[in-house]
Amino acid sequence: MRVKEPDIIDLRWLLLGLCLVMALHLHHFAGWVALSIMVLIVWRYLLAHYRRPMPSIFILMPLTVLAGLGILLTYRGLFGRDASVELLALMLTLKLMEAKTRRDFLLLVFGGYFLTVTTFLFTQSMAYGAAMLLATFTLTATLVGISHPNGRLPWHFQAKTAAILLAQGAPIMLALFLLFPRVPGPLWGIPQDANKGMSGLSDTMEPGEISELTLSGEIAFRVQFEGKPPPPSQLYWRGPVLWHYDGRSWTMASPKLQLPTESLQVRGSPSRYTITMEPSNRSSMLLLDMPSLLPENSAVSADLQVLAKSPIRQRIRYQASSHLDYTLAPDAHPRALQLNLQIPDFDNPQSRALAQSWVDTGKSPEDIVQTALTMFREQEFIYTLRPPRLGKEPVDDFLFNTRRGFCEHYAGSFVYLMRAAGVPARVVTGYQGGELNPVGEYLIVRQSDAHAWAEVWLEGKGWVRVDPTGAVSPSRIEYGIETAMPNENPLPLLARNSYPLIKKMYLNLDAIDNAWNHWVLDYNQKRQMEFLSSLAGSKLSWQELAIAMIVAVGAVGMFLSYFIIRENPAKKDELQRIYATFLRKLQRKGIMRQPQEGPLDFGERASQALPSQAAQIHRITDLYTQMRYRNRKTTESTELLKWLIKTFK
Amino acid sequence: MALALKLPDWTRWLRIARAEQAHATLSRRHIYILPTRAGWFFAFVLLLMLIGAINYTLSLGFVLVFLLAGMSVVGMLHTWRNLAYLQATVGRIEPVFAGNDAIFNIVIINDSKRTRYTIWTEFNPAPREASEPVCLDIPANGSATAGLAVVSRHRGWLNAGRIKLHTEFPLGLFHTWGYVDLDCRCLIYPRPAANDLPLPSAPDRDAKGSADTIIGDDDFYGHRSYQPGDSPKRIDWKASAREQGIFTKQFQGTAQSTLWLDWSTTPGSDDEQRISQLTRWVMDADALNQAYGLRLPGREFAPSSGPAHYQQCLQALALM
Repeated sequence: MRVKEPDIIDLRWLLLGLCLVMALHLHHFAGWVALSIMVLIVWRYLLAHYRRPMPSIFILMPLTVLAGLGILLTYRGLFGRDASVELLALMLTLKLMEAKTRRDFLLLVFGGYFLTVTTFLFTQSMAYGAAMLLATFTLTATLVGISHPNGRLPWHFQAKTAAILLAQGAPIMLALFLLFPRVPGPLWGIPQDANKGMSGLSDTMEPGEISELTLSGEIAFRVQFEGKPPPPSQLYWRGPVLWHYDGRSWTMASPKLQLPTESLQVRGSPSRYTITMEPSNRSSMLLLDMPSLLPENSAVSADLQVLAKSPIRQRIRYQASSHLDYTLAPDAHPRALQLNLQIPDFDNPQSRALAQSWVDTGKSPEDIVQTALTMFREQEFIYTLRPPRLGKEPVDDFLFNTRRGFCEHYAGSFVYLMRAAGVPARVVTGYQGGELNPVGEYLIVRQSDAHAWAEVWLEGKGWVRVDPTGAVSPSRIEYGIETAMPNENPLPLLARNSYPLIKKMYLNLDAIDNAWNHWVLDYNQKRQMEFLSSLAGSKLSWQELAIAMIVAVGAVGMFLSYFIIRENPAKKDELQRIYATFLRKLQRKGIMRQPQEGPLDFGERASQALPSQAAQIHRITDLYTQMRYRNRKTTESTELLKWLIKTFK
Repeated sequence: MALALKLPDWTRWLRIARAEQAHATLSRRHIYILPTRAGWFFAFVLLLMLIGAINYTLSLGFVLVFLLAGMSVVGMLHTWRNLAYLQATVGRIEPVFAGNDAIFNIVIINDSKRTRYTIWTEFNPAPREASEPVCLDIPANGSATAGLAVVSRHRGWLNAGRIKLHTEFPLGLFHTWGYVDLDCRCLIYPRPAANDLPLPSAPDRDAKGSADTIIGDDDFYGHRSYQPGDSPKRIDWKASAREQGIFTKQFQGTAQSTLWLDWSTTPGSDDEQRISQLTRWVMDADALNQAYGLRLPGREFAPSSGPAHYQQCLQALALM
């Protein structure tokens, strides 16, 4: 069968669809990939527009090889998440360069659908969901266009058809989405870099690492408190606790040490809350200092940091409670205290000397802590997101030379000084503060709230939290990072206070986003079972779920079938039936109505062929056309027409 | 091959919409539907997308896959609806000379309020020298005509046979089709002989009545036996009453000579060649606007001219 090939109108739809799909990906494509795709799409359109021949295989083959090599060099492989998605996008675009036939167009549309689904490996936000709909709509309209090789369809009809098809498909989608049995976890391994985009607190701390994280406006987690949230200065979200210092970076205590879990004495009433945590690809679960009731499926380390069993790669929700008034490990294990005095030998001589001078003046550990904080507060230390690079002796360089730093600089150098002065101390990283969203009343904690502070062990008091950053910049702790930072610092827009209207809009959107996460994105096996079991009133097995799915989809399908194909145009109305008997009578006389002939023309022809009955034929024809086309249909006129035709011989 | 020969003719079980009062309606029970190759490929792509969505737990991936699955199910219903309740009937079919394209005009009528897009019409099974399928949009409450052409080989009636209507609109993922049998046929005139023999020369009294060119209206000239088509005014009722049979009075004309084309005197090695030759002469005579009569074994057409006579003669030759 010969099918007229797609024309430039079809090409425009296809290119628009592919552009929308590529737009979903642009934010993570390597620069050269995005550029090549745009150039190829524009090239293809210009070729069609000026009716120039398509590039030959001798141009396309080397381009294809180059594209493959480019991906190979950029990602050192073809099979990671980024590499394979970008390779697919490039290959589709190159296929576009030789696409002429309907088959090619079909392939590209299906490829476009596939590329759309890969978007969700990177982000599943509501905005991308909406953009996905737009891209799918455009690709579907392309399909409608190339299914009509017989000239052009009006664009609005094409768009309407695609919209109707998708809209009518939505009930089936809903039934399948709710009832399709979800399987937990991956079916096979996930490429190593599949979770690359996730950001979160690292298990180590190096100068510059947290300040880099702070540049991200992404949400780390959201917290819903039962009752009133604690004041901002109390919102210390405990993350990795770092014990070991190698002269450059701080790392966690090795689990091989098998230290006993530190004892916790709590006072007052706990603060209960639910956290929805974004995937971080790390196992640490953030809880308020100090966690007293652990979430499900978690474990606690010796230094009371809460860990999930495996890295968090999907959004999770957990409930926990914490006591803000506590005493941690007044009876600390001597070995633990010993480990928290460790510093490398013979580095940072100036700092060591400073610490030694404090010890030599006979200060108590409490005094030493206060002296250090006073130093930070009273001398010219500046809190900044853009600290200068530090030299070979980073602590000395920071304390005596640059004096400009971010929280990790202050926490790190403070702990160093404490240890040099013989006071056990450690670095705690996590998040501090958060933004209360009045819409939906929950707390948003962003990556820009990442923070580092210190804990020192004091006789009789146990581990006490000390935040040296608070000494330098008290507003950071009270009001959040946006007040602490002058505007020229590169903070993410939404972490600032300077645009109240945008901020308000944003908070509204975030409340919607929170609901979106809850109802759409986190609809996993557990939630599905909970939701459906609550509907059914008893616990469901997955077999019952499968049956329910088949029944529901079948029912929706039946309803749609009825709705779409109920119309039976073969059933003529009464008037047409009466007129048909007249036509049959004339047919027996050898006068047949041609399909394209109207009743008036036919009546004229019939009366010429049967001059003796011309009057009758005219009367019937007139009556019929009056009734049918001028809406003069009454019971009497119908009876009259019936009688006229019945008596017509 | 032996196996193939033993198979019963499966087409017996096809549900074919047959013409009832010349209209055939593709009602619900006449319509078949199956996925196209593109449809199967689409299902495969959806399966890959579904596996991806399961593996990476992509909720929005599920949404997209299920939306596309729902869309294709709906598309199936739309494709079905695009063909259902179309009616087919035979339009005008002009006779043609063997060797030319016989054109079957199939009128497709759409009684519904919806335009039917991309309706393909073709012979089924397609003859070897048939034209390509015809693709039409049928307007709402209207009709469109598909002219299906097939090269005619032999004189006589050419049956169109089964006709297949099909469509893949709107998505191209499903192929829906139906068969109609309209009992439509095209008259194929014999293939005219090459134009090398002249028309038989005018008055040739030796050959029995081969040419009788001087029949006119002016003077009574004699009787001949009645032939269908003779004017009743010219029947000699008196003579007919006396003798057996009906006689027509013949008058001598002066203006025109009349040509008789006679089977028995037509050269040719076999019947088909004679038929071809007669066909050529009928065409030539018609082109010269000359009155001619045709005498075939068992049939005779009185000399006349004009399109009705021309068609009558050619039809007789075609069906000999």
